Amino acid sequence: MTVESTAARKPRRSSKRTGSSAGKAVADPQLVQLLTPEGQRVEHPDYDVDLTPEELRGLYRDMVLTRRFDAEATALQRQGELGLWASLLGQEAAQIGSGRALRDDDYVFPTYREHGVAWCRGVDPTNLLGMFRGVNHGGWDPNSNNFHLYTIVIGSQTLHATGYAMGVAKDGADSAVIAYFGDGASSQGDVAESFTFSAVYNAPVVFFCQNNQWAISEPTERQTRVPLYQRAQGYGFPGVRVDGNDVLACLAVTRSALERARRGEGPTLVEAFTYRMGAHTTSDDPTKYRADEEREAWEAKDPILRLKTYLENEGHADEAFFASLEEESETLGKRVREAVRAMPDPDRMAIFENIYADGHALVDEERAQFAAYQASFATESDGGFAAGEGK
Amino acid sequence: MTVQKLPIAKAINESLRKAMETDPKVLIMGEDVGKLGGVFRVTDGLQKDFGEGRVIDTPLAESGIVGTAIGLALRGYRPVVEIQFDGFVFPAYDQIVTQLAKMHARALGKIKLPVVVRIPYGGGIGAVEHHSESPEALFAHVPGLKVVSPSNSSDAYWMMQQAIQSDDPIIYFEPKRRYWDKSDVDTDAIPGPLHKARTVVAGSDLTLVAYGPMVKVCVEAAAAAAEEGKSIEVLDLRSMSPIDFDAVQASVEKTGRLVVVHEAPVFYGAGAEIAARITERSFYHLEAPVLRVGGYHAPYPPARLEEEYLPGLDRVLDAVDRSLAY
Repeated sequence: MTVESTAARKPRRSSKRTGSSAGKAVADPQLVQLLTPEGQRVEHPDYDVDLTPEELRGLYRDMVLTRRFDAEATALQRQGELGLWASLLGQEAAQIGSGRALRDDDYVFPTYREHGVAWCRGVDPTNLLGMFRGVNHGGWDPNSNNFHLYTIVIGSQTLHATGYAMGVAKDGADSAVIAYFGDGASSQGDVAESFTFSAVYNAPVVFFCQNNQWAISEPTERQTRVPLYQRAQGYGFPGVRVDGNDVLACLAVTRSALERARRGEGPTLVEAFTYRMGAHTTSDDPTKYRADEEREAWEAKDPILRLKTYLENEGHADEAFFASLEEESETLGKRVREAVRAMPDPDRMAIFENIYADGHALVDEERAQFAAYQASFATESDGGFAAGEGK
Repeated sequence: MTVQKLPIAKAINESLRKAMETDPKVLIMGEDVGKLGGVFRVTDGLQKDFGEGRVIDTPLAESGIVGTAIGLALRGYRPVVEIQFDGFVFPAYDQIVTQLAKMHARALGKIKLPVVVRIPYGGGIGAVEHHSESPEALFAHVPGLKVVSPSNSSDAYWMMQQAIQSDDPIIYFEPKRRYWDKSDVDTDAIPGPLHKARTVVAGSDLTLVAYGPMVKVCVEAAAAAAEEGKSIEVLDLRSMSPIDFDAVQASVEKTGRLVVVHEAPVFYGAGAEIAARITERSFYHLEAPVLRVGGYHAPYPPARLEEEYLPGLDRVLDAVDRSLAY
């Protein structure tokens, strides 16, 4: 059975549907959508994907496992195993759709919430948790998966992505670079400068903005008076708004933008219109600034549910698939849980490591002083004086 | 041996040229660095010879310059970026402090950031606001950065070579009022380590420590003091992070007296750090408190007042006298 099959299609309920000459509806051109919240395949004049049932199930699996990992991390924070967690709940389609559009040789510059993209890049999920547990500030090798370290300062990484893309172009490679950021970051000067630089140098970079409607407590209306995707026009490159809860549309739009970059036609801004279903982080309390009704309205647009509906209606996935995936999810949750609990605190001397590549006299001096200070407790420990200081 | 008498600006230019010839990954980026050759002509002629792809005129956005340089470094390039004037570095300060300085540690050493940030600094050229500042302490305070400043053409040439070869981010402060001072550059020499101080004048009664534009003033002060029979040692620090405290200590333990001189405000400046460290290291050798001569806790004044603000020969000699009076 193929994606085009209509054999098991339910009656269409999308209000955005305008016609169906080829068995698919045409959605609102202002918002690229290929799969409605009700799980209906719709057409768009400029974007499409042609996926096998296996590929569709793959996207579904990615989203389910990412959500399961995310839920486990939230739970681990509640249990005191992590100091903080930034949940991606609700943004799975934006991240998996864009992440699966990438080639291995493409390069990703994430914020600190791109757990789904990290998953697509093959970064072990437990690697993401070190910084949230407080044992490092990231620490993975960005070049192993072409997935840069999480960047916490809002918007900074868009410039790194642009510079990296300038380098790609200088090398004559046909790789592309993708920079993730959010609606809040769109107000940062660095994001504006990255638009300017990438445009004037025609850098092969895709700016993927997940507009999740909230920058902690501030709604998008506090960041912009125009739809964010329209900002690209002022810089001289295309901007497109995609249904960020539609994994097929996110895949199609990102692929197209990446291909454009590869062809040497420069940057594209993709605004994935989505919703942060959870708190900004585990330290946040969204009940103080937003209404439950809003969240409920977005729940009806859930990215995973709509693909599930589609898979079921098309007969692309059976009960065995869902049961097996459920089992895989629980296995992942357990693995992450055990890995985090087993994650050791770093050696205290790590404070002085990797500050400089070529060394620094002051660091050497302070390292030696610190070691001597610690050693002074060890020699006195016979008398029980430093019982609490030893490791 | 190839010895040429070059102004500092030309020595840096020659050094950049050499680095670009040696390593195709070396890039130059900045505002007006291409056709114009920079407002001080430090990059003069380089775009003509190496092309627009390697000597890159950037949009007028300092954070963008440093931020994209970081990205290029991650791709394997070795960018040398120019900040046009000291007072214009602050839009890039965030990228320098939160990203450039910390990324190597964030990656637990798995990536390197070989970026050189060139900043013409200091006063004495009769400029308008934001064109005469000495913000080196603001960078030396940041772990992950190294901060250097040459005082002569030979150091300007060789320290730039070494800065570009370093795998660490280096802030390279150029003494702009000395750009046109000429001295010998031996381009075949074997340079000493980048972060070591150099004894410019040997002496036995008091140590003057300076770097960048103030080295010349201190050498003149030593000469003037010598006429009064005082033997002053002048140390050119060359590197403000790390600081060659061993060299300062050795000199102070010989002379017993230390005066630190810089254009930057004294408050929280390099002199404060040197005074504290030397007091710890050489307490029983000191015949007098460590004194500092530098800028005041005031915005850099308008040009008609800068001679009052900048530490000149007389203020250095006054501090020398005060120290020797103990």
